[in-house]
Amino acid sequence: MNHRVRLEGVHKRFGDKHVLKGIDLAVAEHDVVCLIGSSGSGKSTILRCINLLETVDEGAIYLDGEMITRRETDPNLVRQFVGIVFQSYNLFPHMNVLDNVTLSPRRVHGKSKDEAEQRATELLERFGLSDKILEFPDRLSGGQQQRVAVVRALATEPELLLLDEITAALDPELVGEVLGVIRDLISDGMTLLLATHEMGFARDVATRVCFLDDGAILEEGPPAQIFSDPQMPRTQQFLRRVTEAGRL
Amino acid sequence: MTDTDNREPAEAIELPAGSRFVASGSPGLFNGMLSQSGSRGALMAFASTILFLVVAAVIILNSDAWPKVRNQFLNWEHFKASFPDVLAAFWLDMQMFVVAEVFILTFALLIAVLRVLRGPAFFPLRMLSTVYIDLFRGVPLLLVIFLLGFGVPALDLPGVPKSPMFWGIVSLVLSYSAYTAEVYRSGLESVHESQRAAARALGLTQWQALRFAILPQAIRNVVPALLNGLVSLQKDVALISVLGVREAVREAEIYKARTFNYTSLLVAAILFLIVSVPVARFADWYTARDRRARTKGLQ
Repeated sequence: MNHRVRLEGVHKRFGDKHVLKGIDLAVAEHDVVCLIGSSGSGKSTILRCINLLETVDEGAIYLDGEMITRRETDPNLVRQFVGIVFQSYNLFPHMNVLDNVTLSPRRVHGKSKDEAEQRATELLERFGLSDKILEFPDRLSGGQQQRVAVVRALATEPELLLLDEITAALDPELVGEVLGVIRDLISDGMTLLLATHEMGFARDVATRVCFLDDGAILEEGPPAQIFSDPQMPRTQQFLRRVTEAGRL
Repeated sequence: MTDTDNREPAEAIELPAGSRFVASGSPGLFNGMLSQSGSRGALMAFASTILFLVVAAVIILNSDAWPKVRNQFLNWEHFKASFPDVLAAFWLDMQMFVVAEVFILTFALLIAVLRVLRGPAFFPLRMLSTVYIDLFRGVPLLLVIFLLGFGVPALDLPGVPKSPMFWGIVSLVLSYSAYTAEVYRSGLESVHESQRAAARALGLTQWQALRFAILPQAIRNVVPALLNGLVSLQKDVALISVLGVREAVREAEIYKARTFNYTSLLVAAILFLIVSVPVARFADWYTARDRRARTKGLQ
């Protein structure tokens, strides 16, 4: 099977903290893989390792079959194919929406200003942001900011999109509009790896769900199996608590 | 709750007029300081200023030595006589000031950027900029001016300028750049790490991330501090007078030496004030405007 991204025995330590303890994970083209698990279980670190914002201590990561966890790898080239959206949006506050979206296409991908702006405008229109093109981020709601952040990542035309708990900082009533955007991407066939606390959404859209606990993937499988028939006691406990909290 | 304290919550809430937290008849000292909108506050500020000036004037004018001092320092004839030369020399101060400031803002930015570079390959550059900053923040500006202004021309090196003015400006640039670099650095560090991560995640190089994402925010954060440095530099150019450069203070001293009257120094002081006060007010205005713009998003 043709894997977009594959992790083999990835370990990561921050000082004394052993954050990832041998992660094996593969995401095929058009896969939607959801990482679930409590905060601090290593979901975000996996995503940050894949686009080389963190270096791995042991193991290897392959992108389209090519090992990217080597010294010779140019992280900037990897990031041209892997987009990431963060929990806290991280839009550039001194740039308007259009400039946020066109920065990378123009400066990294060498697109002309007109070309980049035309593409950005199309994407912004598609995600209902056409009247916000010239606004600055602090004038937008959290949901709008996060949608702009998704568009900013899409504007670089990534082959793989990493979403790091992108609805976790949103007001509950704004979560839906962002999840709607993700559904659109999935129906386009985008390959997605997402860390999320939205269990209902994960069950709905994932092709595969991985439950992380304490830096290791404890259990993985199709969502129906993980959510309805979890095998590991720790997974059962986690899902029971999530259900009790009304999140599933 | 005991009855010993006379708290009546239900009523207390309804009584802003007779509030327990505003002393009756108080002019509201802090209100006056925070906003000049209250006419009562403005009146109070005006009255207290006048009172202070009157008291100071009475004390000074009644001192025994006043007539002598007035003649030495505040002589109208000498004021008029020295004014044209001091003013002409002051123009040189302003030219040196502008030239120095342009170089300081540029050079300091370079130093600051070197200091925040990441990666082992840049260690020597980081080290160099740290040593530079320590060195020039540690040595008094006046000493730098003396050492470079007299020392370097004395070396008589071929191709090296001997002009004291040149070395005076170089001294200002070197010394001020060390401070200004630290101002820039505080600005760079005030931009959250996630902004850098976002820029790098979009494929921007370290330089591009600095140039497009970090620096614009960093500089905006430190404009008030940079303006403060501007006010300070504007008067420190006068230190170059120790090298014999005929700028305003030097020119005033020459007049003083000729006539034994100090009024020319007052002329120089007034000229410096005429420039520095508006710059200081502008800095305040800009800072306040910037703060309003930033807090607007929070409300």
